[in-house]
Amino acid sequence: MPEDLLERTDVDEVQIAPQEHLLPPKPPEGLDTVLYEHDERAARADLRRQIAAMELALARLFGSAFPRKGIEFAVAGIGGPRVLSVDELEQVRDGLAARIQEVRADLHDYAVVEERNRELIERMTADPASYKWVRVYNEDIGEPGCKNWHVKPRWGPLGALMGWWRVKISSGCPLAKGQTPPNPGAPPGNTEPKLAG
Amino acid sequence: MPDLPSEWEVAPEPGWLEPGLAEEFPGLSIVSTVLESAGGRSPEALRERLRALSDRIGGPQAIQLRQQPIPWAYRVFFRHIGLDPDTTRTPIEQLIFERIHDGSFKSRNRIEDALTIAMVEVGVALRAFDADRVEGRVGLRLSTPGEKFEGRVSPLPDGTIVVADEKRPLAILFDRTAEGRGIRKGTNRVLVAAVGVRGVPDIALEEALWVAGSALRA
Repeated sequence: MPEDLLERTDVDEVQIAPQEHLLPPKPPEGLDTVLYEHDERAARADLRRQIAAMELALARLFGSAFPRKGIEFAVAGIGGPRVLSVDELEQVRDGLAARIQEVRADLHDYAVVEERNRELIERMTADPASYKWVRVYNEDIGEPGCKNWHVKPRWGPLGALMGWWRVKISSGCPLAKGQTPPNPGAPPGNTEPKLAG
Repeated sequence: MPDLPSEWEVAPEPGWLEPGLAEEFPGLSIVSTVLESAGGRSPEALRERLRALSDRIGGPQAIQLRQQPIPWAYRVFFRHIGLDPDTTRTPIEQLIFERIHDGSFKSRNRIEDALTIAMVEVGVALRAFDADRVEGRVGLRLSTPGEKFEGRVSPLPDGTIVVADEKRPLAILFDRTAEGRGIRKGTNRVLVAAVGVRGVPDIALEEALWVAGSALRA
């Protein structure tokens, strides 16, 4: 195609608007704060929604983590009580997101070890003689309570010599010791506390 | 149904809210009521109620607490206003923490015990002030630049959310009470304020005030 056909001499050159014309018109007097605050407020509201959802996720993880110890759940505060800016809310949101990831990773690590311990209990039960004196606690499989599986010989030293090994399951925690409160129905003067258990 | 005796009625008064705060935090509210109370040591009936409450709350409840709607709503609000609820505990969590730590809810005095019962029963954050030292209605607002706070040497940081009457701040929200505005010996009229946040129904605030009122009359 000849070059001269591409040039339309009858059309005026396109005028490019100056940069400032791309900005929205100035708001009427007295409304400027509302207009510009509105955008930030929407962003803050959105961040607050995200924080609320993450707080619930972290709360659920906290509930499911029990009785495992040593997992950190805290997320540092920014300082308040005050209205946080978008940046600060983002900081809180990011802190929560990072904490949730860390807790999930910790719980995954725990789950791997606990699964191994459950398998160990199965092997102990199937072949106690191969796991002499091994003991696995409830805590080792991520459950509350004081129950434990202990490979012990039947009849003490005689069983140990004869190879009569078995898994003994101890259930329940030791009874609480200490002083019971005085009996409110007791006659006056007889207020000496009694030892429980 | 027979009418309830008038002394059991609690008339909750909605508090005012700075417009900026209301726009930022939809659902934020404060409701208060004035209760007559002799103060002093808790009567046996109130202490017995506290003991019964101690028996109902244990480790499992403490672990699951933050997943319950009202305690969770306060935790979320704490995050929104820059507080870490694991460091600055929400009022209900602080009480449950003390229950687990001490083995029971310790009886302090009639007013505090009544508030403890109401907060644990309903989960709502309550605050008590000496009603005779409150001027006008209570509300929530942001502190002004250089505003003084009784009992504090330095002025409040600008923009701190405070519980205030029509003259001065009475307390920093979920923090300390201004000196001389809280409950003290000889307080006869107690202004109990319930602070509500998004996720806490209005009826829970009224219920908390009612429970506190009935416990105070025990």
